[in-house]
This record gives sequence, structure tokens and C-alpha cells, in this order.
Amino acid sequence: MALKKNRRSPLAAIIVMAAGLALTGGGYAAATAAVEAVKPVTAAATAEQVTEGKKLFLANCASCHGKNAEGTKAAPSLIGVGAASVEFQVATGRMPGQASGPQLEKKKVQFTTEQIEQLSAFVATLGEGPAIPTDAMVAPNGDSTRGGELFRINCAMCHNAVGAGGALTEGKYAPALKGVSERHIYEAMVTGPQNMPVFNDANLTPQDKKDIITYLKYVEETPSVGGYELANLGPVVEGLFTWVFVLGFIIAITIWLGAKSN
Amino acid sequence: MSNAVATPKKGGFLAGTANYLDERVGVAGILKEFGRKVFPDHWSFMLGEVALYSFLVILLSGTFLTFFFQPSMEFVIYDGVYGPLKGAEMSIAYASTLDISFEVRGGLLMRQVHHWSALLFVAAAGLHMLRVFFTGAFRKPREINWLVGFVLFVLGMAGGFTGYSLPDDLLSGNGLRIIDGMIKGIPVIGAYGSSLLFGGEFPGETIVARLYGLHILLVPALILIFIVIHLFMVVIHKHTHYSGPGRKDTNVVGYPLMPVYVAKAGGFFFIVFGVIMLIAATFTINPVWNYGGYDPSPVSAGTQPDWYIGWLDGALRLAPTHLEFVVGGYTWSWNILLPMIVGIGFLIIVALYPFIEAWVTGDKREHHVLDRPRNAPTRTAIGAAGVTFYAVLWAGAATDLIATNFKMSLNQVLTFMQIFLIVGPILAFIIAKRTCLALQRKDRSIALHGRESGRIVRLPHGEYIEVHEPLDEFEQWKLVDFKDYQPTLARPNAAGKITIRARLRAALSRFYFEDRIAPVTQTEIEQAHHHGDHAEIEAK
Ligand code: HEC
Ligand code: HEC
Ligand code: HEM
Repeated sequence: MALKKNRRSPLAAIIVMAAGLALTGGGYAAATAAVEAVKPVTAAATAEQVTEGKKLFLANCASCHGKNAEGTKAAPSLIGVGAASVEFQVATGRMPGQASGPQLEKKKVQFTTEQIEQLSAFVATLGEGPAIPTDAMVAPNGDSTRGGELFRINCAMCHNAVGAGGALTEGKYAPALKGVSERHIYEAMVTGPQNMPVFNDANLTPQDKKDIITYLKYVEETPSVGGYELANLGPVVEGLFTWVFVLGFIIAITIWLGAKSN
Repeated sequence: MSNAVATPKKGGFLAGTANYLDERVGVAGILKEFGRKVFPDHWSFMLGEVALYSFLVILLSGTFLTFFFQPSMEFVIYDGVYGPLKGAEMSIAYASTLDISFEVRGGLLMRQVHHWSALLFVAAAGLHMLRVFFTGAFRKPREINWLVGFVLFVLGMAGGFTGYSLPDDLLSGNGLRIIDGMIKGIPVIGAYGSSLLFGGEFPGETIVARLYGLHILLVPALILIFIVIHLFMVVIHKHTHYSGPGRKDTNVVGYPLMPVYVAKAGGFFFIVFGVIMLIAATFTINPVWNYGGYDPSPVSAGTQPDWYIGWLDGALRLAPTHLEFVVGGYTWSWNILLPMIVGIGFLIIVALYPFIEAWVTGDKREHHVLDRPRNAPTRTAIGAAGVTFYAVLWAGAATDLIATNFKMSLNQVLTFMQIFLIVGPILAFIIAKRTCLALQRKDRSIALHGRESGRIVRLPHGEYIEVHEPLDEFEQWKLVDFKDYQPTLARPNAAGKITIRARLRAALSRFYFEDRIAPVTQTEIEQAHHHGDHAEIEAK
């Protein structure tokens, strides 16, 4: 699926950087816990975070995911889903889940940043899984051309070419990607929430992911050059617009002119 | 009233054709007539003009685009100003479209003018067609002009589709891929047809150049020719008019073409042009840079054709799956063939409708006074059914958007539409017909007894009555002036046999005219005036 990987130069740098951050991450995270900014949470989270996280988990999540996060009939096991998955699910307001339609929806976020870190730290201790990406990994300063190409190949069939969203079967859908934070885009790729496939680092390298984020942010932040966008939904909306507004407008003028002349 | 049954003319095919044409086209005197042509005033008569003027706008903006567009599928590395495509490999066609959008001064505006006016052109033509249908304006002597108009509508679709495929972006490539699939779905000749069209395996290297030739030369030339024929015939036939006192099948009421009408039309052109410019300057259309250059591997969610092709896309989407089987080494993909047959069949019925109706009614007289839709209940009902059928197919092309925007299941939307494609037209037929008949009954009662005035009067012996106000002549005319057909019976032919044709015709005639409300006659009106206003309203 993914494009052929380019030489490894930018990649190596990122891996080295991630490793360095993982070493120092613990202290860093503790020191800046109150700050809202994106920051790494790694396996080296403090013991206190883990205990707090466990308490939160037992109170809010265990009813569905089981006391040891081993999974129940109602919800899957969280062993090995990693901090990234928890951060994504809880910070986008998907978790704690609420059985509703065919797909768990985003709701109001129910935990503070600090609590989310604690929950992530706790789940990360249960088994190895994708970590929360660092600021640098998700910064939208990659190659938007490559990102666009990768996005069209890997994501557009569900999310539409500009991330306007699209339908899946049985009432499920791929949401519009406007307003989703860089970190959540990254995490969505590495964890594959619900009906979205997982794009691990073999599928899309961290650089590929960064490029995709760069592309999505470019599209989101660049004002439309051609005038108002009709929700970016393409020809169907353009057609409806033609019938209702363009033709309607012209007919209204004709009727008005006719009424004036009589 | 009885039907005018034509006397069969002798003299063979040639003489028949000549006579047919002369009765309708009457070539003599055209030139003399032109300046004296009279055009009536009603907004629905302007729809054809809206189509005409949007076509002129298409021509102007399209010519501008040809100065900069390069129909080549050779690859280049994009080096323009649009960030997220810089350095991408793409076809020259796509790159030149991007250049038109971002680097040619006024280029983006012209692209948007071209595309919005294309959508408007087909929409106005379509609505114009519906007006002609529902008012019965296609009746003799205008059947041929209906055909000409129909061809124009199809050519509009062709022009739009070939244009949509030129920029060679993801959407246009996806559209061509579907066409490729449809051609390949035709048994036996499919694969050859496809490789002939694309000059090899899809997407090939020539399709854009080929479509370009069609798009800027053949299709517009044909459209122009057909527009000229169309307008010429309008001049010859003169325009139809809605009924009213003094408006008959033998005259036309309105302004003479010169000079009043020409002045008005000129003004109207600028109104249409102005509206298109306003829309094109404020609303983006087909932002091709979002879709990326065509590459056969990606497919985007929400890939749809322009609206006028939507109904065909819908037919493909609504076709039941699993209709594929292999016979004698050939795959029969009925999930592709069925929609094609349904689509072409629908078009054929639309094209031939005037001839079908004329055959059923056996009416060979000329008609210049339009029907009010309610006074031709079965035709109106057939039209409503047709519109519903088309609309469901059209909506079928947007199943995914309907599902996401209204939070429904895609599968349920699809199933619902498949059922509604069959049930919807039947319902529409029944509802439209009943509504027409009810309106006719109301007209009849108003024509006989006048309008309810809301004034209640107590008579000396205690009875209360509501005073009905009589209509003035204008209104009266509108209500009573229509032709009433009755079902014909199957008659034996010269050999004394009732042919299948005759039976079919009688059956259709019954289908058309069994339920009918007779127009009010002069005697009835006089009677009603004499006897107060309590005569019973009855339907024959
Ligand atoms: C109402 C039951 C319910 C509650 C409460 C709940 N979850 Fe879930 N959770 C689910 C279900 C169901 C899924 C599976 C969604 C799917 O993939 O279809 C899920 C999935 C997840 C996943 C993704 C697993 C993966 O495979 O990537 C994470 C992480 C998660 N939950 C974390 C939490 C956390 C943390 C809490 C507490 C704050 C929580 N959940 C509370 C029902 C629940
Ligand atoms: C098979 C279809 C599919 C593909 C392919 C896919 N996604 Fe998704 N995506 C989904 C679905 C379904 C969801 C919603 C999951 C949920 O709500 O839990 C989703 C959710 C997301 C979200 C979260 C949006 C939000 O509102 O929080 C992001 C970000 C995202 N996808 C990005 C991507 C990117 C980037 C790619 C390509 C690398 C991709 N997706 C490919 C189906 C897909
Ligand atoms: C028959 C009526 C016509 C219709 C319905 C029509 C429609 C279209 C459409 C929908 C497009 C795609 C535009 C886009 O979004 O990029 C297009 C492109 C184009 N059309 Fe037309 N067109 C018509 C006639 C013409 C004529 C007469 C010309 C030239 C004289 C022309 C020249 C072009 C060119 C050069 C393009 C490609 C440029 C581009 O895509 O930006 N068209 N047309």
C-alpha cells in the first residue's frame, strides 16, 4: 500500500531522537505534567502516574474492559494497545465508550490532560504497544506533496481526497479530518481505531506519517483559492447547488421581471 | 368531442415523408416570417433561453481555456506554485489545468465560469424539457423539435462528460475508469471497444487528446447545429401559448420578435451571464488540485460525476450485485449490462414519447395552445413517474453522502433506493393522477358556480347560502378551454380482424383516458346560470 520508502536519512534521525527522548522522557514528563503542550509519554512514566492511572482505570474503564484490562464481552482487551491508543481514544472523547449506534462516537472529553497521561501510563505497563508520538514526530513540516500522494493512496478511499469523510458499510463511516490534532492523526494511524486499519511503521514510516500530517494540515489551513467551498463534497453538492441556487436565482429574476413588466 | 382520426394517405413512403415534413416544416416563407415572429411572455418560456445563453458563456470561457490547456498525457514533474503538488509527477494535461488555475491571470475564474455554466446549461435544458413535456408542447407539429431538443440534452451530457475528463485529475480518471468498465462489460466486443477508445490498455496515453478533439470540436459543433435547427423550428412553428381568450390553436399572442423581443433577449443574456459570473467568482467548483493527478491505484471516497451523469452512476450503484455469470467463455456482467439497458431504454422512451402519445390519441391536428398539466392527467402522471425514476437514480449516485450526512446505514440507503426505484414511480403516478383529477373537479365546479365569496346570505325562508361570484371571461376561459379525449375501442381492420396493434392501442387509450373529467360545456354554463348554483358536480 505505502509508497516505496525513500532513502533512510530523515528516518534514522528520528529514531535516534525518539530513543533519546525515551531515556529522558520520564523526568521530563513529570516536570511538565501541568503544561498542555504535546509531549512524550513513554514506558518510563513515573510510578505515581501508573498508580493513579490504575485507580482511574478501575473506576471508569474496568466495567467494560475488565479489572485487568483483559477484555470482556463488551470491550476488547487493552493489553498491548499502547499509550498511543489510550491517548487517542480518551483525548478525542471516544472513551469511556457509550454503546450507541454502529460506531462509537466522539463525545466531550471527560478527563484532564493529566488524567489521560496517567491512564496511558497505566495501560502502557500492561504490554508493549505504540507510544505517544513526540512533538517533533507530528510537527507538520514534512513534505506535503509526498504526504498528499500517500494520503490519496492509503486513506482517501475512506476519508475522501481532502479528508472530508466518507461512508463505510452498515452505518459506519470514516470521519472528516478537519480539526483533528496532529498527534491524534498520528495515533489514529498507529492504532487503527475501530474500522480503520493499522498503519504500522512498516506500512508507513514515521516520515510518511509526518508527511501525511503535513498535507492534511496544509489543506486545512490554506484558504480555498476558488471561493467558498461547498463542504468539499464534490460534484453532488455542486449539482444540487446548480439546481437550487443558480437556476433558482435566474428563475426568480425572470419571474420578477415578468411581474414588473405587467 | 371526438378524436380526429387521420385518413391514411396513399402515395408510398417518399410522398408520405415529404408531406409529413411539409406539414410541419413548411420551408416556404421562412425568411419572410422571421421578423414577424411573435414571442409570448411567461417565465417558463425563458428556460430554453437560459440554456442557450449558458451555452454562449460556455463557448466564450471554453475558448479562453483552449489558449492554455494542453491535452497531453505525457509526464512532467510539476514545478508550479501549488505547494502540495510541487515535485509530483503528473500528466501535462493536469499540470496545465493547475497552471490555468494558479498562474494564468483570470484562469481560475474562467475554469469556474466554464464549469458552472456547463452545469447550468444542462440543468436549464432539462427543466425546459420538463416544461415542454408537462404542457404538451411536443404535440404536432413540434414532435421533431422535441427530438432535436432531446439530442441537445444528450449532447450536453456528452460535452460535459468529455470536458470533465480533460483535466486528468483523480475524479476525471475515476470517471473514465467506470466508462472503461462499462465498455468492457459489453459481451464479445467489450474488450476491443475499450482498447479502441483508449488506444490500448486503460488509461493509455491518448484518451485525453481524443476527448479534447470531441470536446472542443465535434460536440460543440453538433450542439450549435442542433441549436440552429431547434430555433429555426421554433420560428417556423411559432411559439405555443397558454390558453386564454383569443388564444387559439391557430394564432400566437405576444410581442413581435423585432424589435421588442430582441431587446429583451439581449438584456436577458446579460442577466444570465452576470449570474454565472457572480457564482463563479464566489463559489469554487471542481478544485482539481485537491484530487491530485490521475493514478489508477487510489480511489477517493465521494467520487461522483457531474450531476447530469449522476443518474447513470446511480443506475450502476443500484444494480443488484451477483448478476455475473459465464456462458461459453464469455462473462456476462448483468450488474453492468442491466443499468446500461435501463439507461438507454429510459432515454429512448423519452425521445419517442410524443410519437407514442400521438399514436394513442390518434390526434392529427396541430396544437398551439398548451395544456395545463392537470388537464392531461395521465400524461402528467407519466411525467411524474419519469421524474421520480430519474430522481431516484440520481440520488443513487449519492448513496454514500446521504448515509454519512443523515447518519444512516449505507446498506439500508441502498436497499431503500432499490425498492423506491420501482415503487416510487408507481406512487408518483397514482398521486399525480389523483391530484390532477381533483384539481379538474375543482375547476369544473368553479367554472359552473363561480368562486366562493365567503359571503353568507340568509334567504327569506330561513335557508343560508354562500354567495358564489361568477368568473370573468379570462378566468372562465382558462378553466374550460381544453380538449377532452375519450378512450377508443379496438376496431376491426378491413379484413374484419382486430389486430394485436389495434388491441394494444385500445388498451393504451383506456389507460390514458378512462378516468377523466369532461370540460364544462357552454350549455352547462348557461344552465348553471339559469338554475342558480346547486347543480351537482359530477365526473363522467
Ligand atoms: C461502555 C463500555 C466501555 C467503557 C466504559 C470503556 N471502553 Fe474502551 N472500548 C470499548 C469498546 C466497545 C471498544 C472497542 C471499540 C472497537 O474497536 O470497536 C473500546 C476500545 C478501547 C480502546 C482501543 C483498543 C484498541 O484495540 O486499540 C482503548 C485504548 C480503550 N477502549 C480505552 C478505554 C479507557 C482508557 C476507558 C476508561 C476511561 C474505556 N476504554 C472505557 C468500550 C468501553
Ligand atoms: C478502511 C477505511 C479507513 C482507512 C483506509 C483509513 N481510515 Fe482513518 N478512520 C476510519 C474510521 C472508520 C475512523 C473512525 C474510527 C473511530 O471513530 O474510532 C477513522 C478515524 C480516523 C482519524 C480520527 C478522526 C477523529 O475525528 O478523531 C484519523 C485522524 C484518521 N482516521 C486518519 C487516517 C489516515 C491518515 C489514514 C491513512 C493513512 C486513514 N485514516 C485511513 C477509516 C479509515
Ligand atoms: C458542449 C458544451 C460544453 C460543456 C458542457 C463543457 C463542459 C466542460 C467541463 C465540465 C469541463 C471540466 C472543467 C474543469 O472543471 O476543469 C470542461 C473543460 C474544458 N472545456 Fe469545455 N464544455 C463545453 C464546450 C467547450 C467548448 C466549446 C470549448 C472550447 C472552445 C471548451 C473547452 C474546454 C477546455 C479547454 C477544457 C479543459 C480545461 C480545464 O479543464 O480547465 N469546452 N468543459
